[in-house]
Amino acid sequence: MPIIVVEVMPKAEILDPQGKAVVGALARLGKDKFTAVRIGKRFELTVEGPVDDALLAEVRAIAEDMLANTVIEDVVYIGEVATSSTSRLA
Amino acid sequence: MTRIGVITFPGSLDDRDAQRAIRLVGAEPVALWHGDHDLHGVDAIVLPGGFSYGDYLRAGAIASHAPIMAEVIDAAGKGVPVLGICNGFQMLSEARLLPGAHTRNAHQQFIRRDQKLRVENASTAWTNEYTEGDEIVIPLKNADGRFVADDETIKRIEGNGQVAFRYVDVNPNGSMNDIAGVSNERGNVVGLMPHPEHATEPGFGPDMPDAMRSGTDGLRFFTSALAALVSR
Repeated sequence: MPIIVVEVMPKAEILDPQGKAVVGALARLGKDKFTAVRIGKRFELTVEGPVDDALLAEVRAIAEDMLANTVIEDVVYIGEVATSSTSRLA
Repeated sequence: MTRIGVITFPGSLDDRDAQRAIRLVGAEPVALWHGDHDLHGVDAIVLPGGFSYGDYLRAGAIASHAPIMAEVIDAAGKGVPVLGICNGFQMLSEARLLPGAHTRNAHQQFIRRDQKLRVENASTAWTNEYTEGDEIVIPLKNADGRFVADDETIKRIEGNGQVAFRYVDVNPNGSMNDIAGVSNERGNVVGLMPHPEHATEPGFGPDMPDAMRSGTDGLRFFTSALAALVSR
């Protein structure tokens, strides 16, 4: 069954204490090349049947209405993948 | 008798305390259920604290889409007094009835303390029995209590007097402009992170200079709603 991925990130101007904690940990490990870490969310929506433009439009509406709070977050990606958590690593 | 509804969501914790506070000021508390489309004709509505639907998506996010929220949004639009306490505040901002949003506390930790607040707007449906500038102490307990909004929104709500409460002495969660509570433009919808319903009965409230657990500074939220309803 097709899976639609929605990725949500905190807006640039919003403090991300989770990301700050991680960048602090990296610095303590001597990984000081990394000046910032921001943490977002990835949703995987499994659907029955084909993914068409109408369905993607519906997902966009859901993403902006519920998956993200657009006061503090941006929907940065919506797309289809073949299987869950498809690796995008090179 | 004035009837004030308290909505119970799965994961609500302070619904019974809110009901008790309502009873203490001489009104009738009415238990409302998140899954109903029925406000049972109540005169005012309280969204209580807790961790509705586990706060699994964001604090208050899933609850803001609960069936009864359609009726709450409709009632708020008609001027019915609506108070959101802690998780209830988060629901009201997720539902866009109040400006801004909440994120994890800046220090990443859950915090519980008796918190001093300054009343910044004493003309809302839930604050009219206070005087502007009053300092009150009520308990605060949250993990996702950092009030945030973009610069434009902050400027607008500060200009409109929609900042109802500000933290005094300590900003416990990194909230912008020390904002502890806000109202909508009309002043019938108010939300705040600290818990007035936990400071309504001597013996069970915050410690005060004169006696332990004697604080009842939260009572006037509920008497304010009664006054607002009489004057409508």
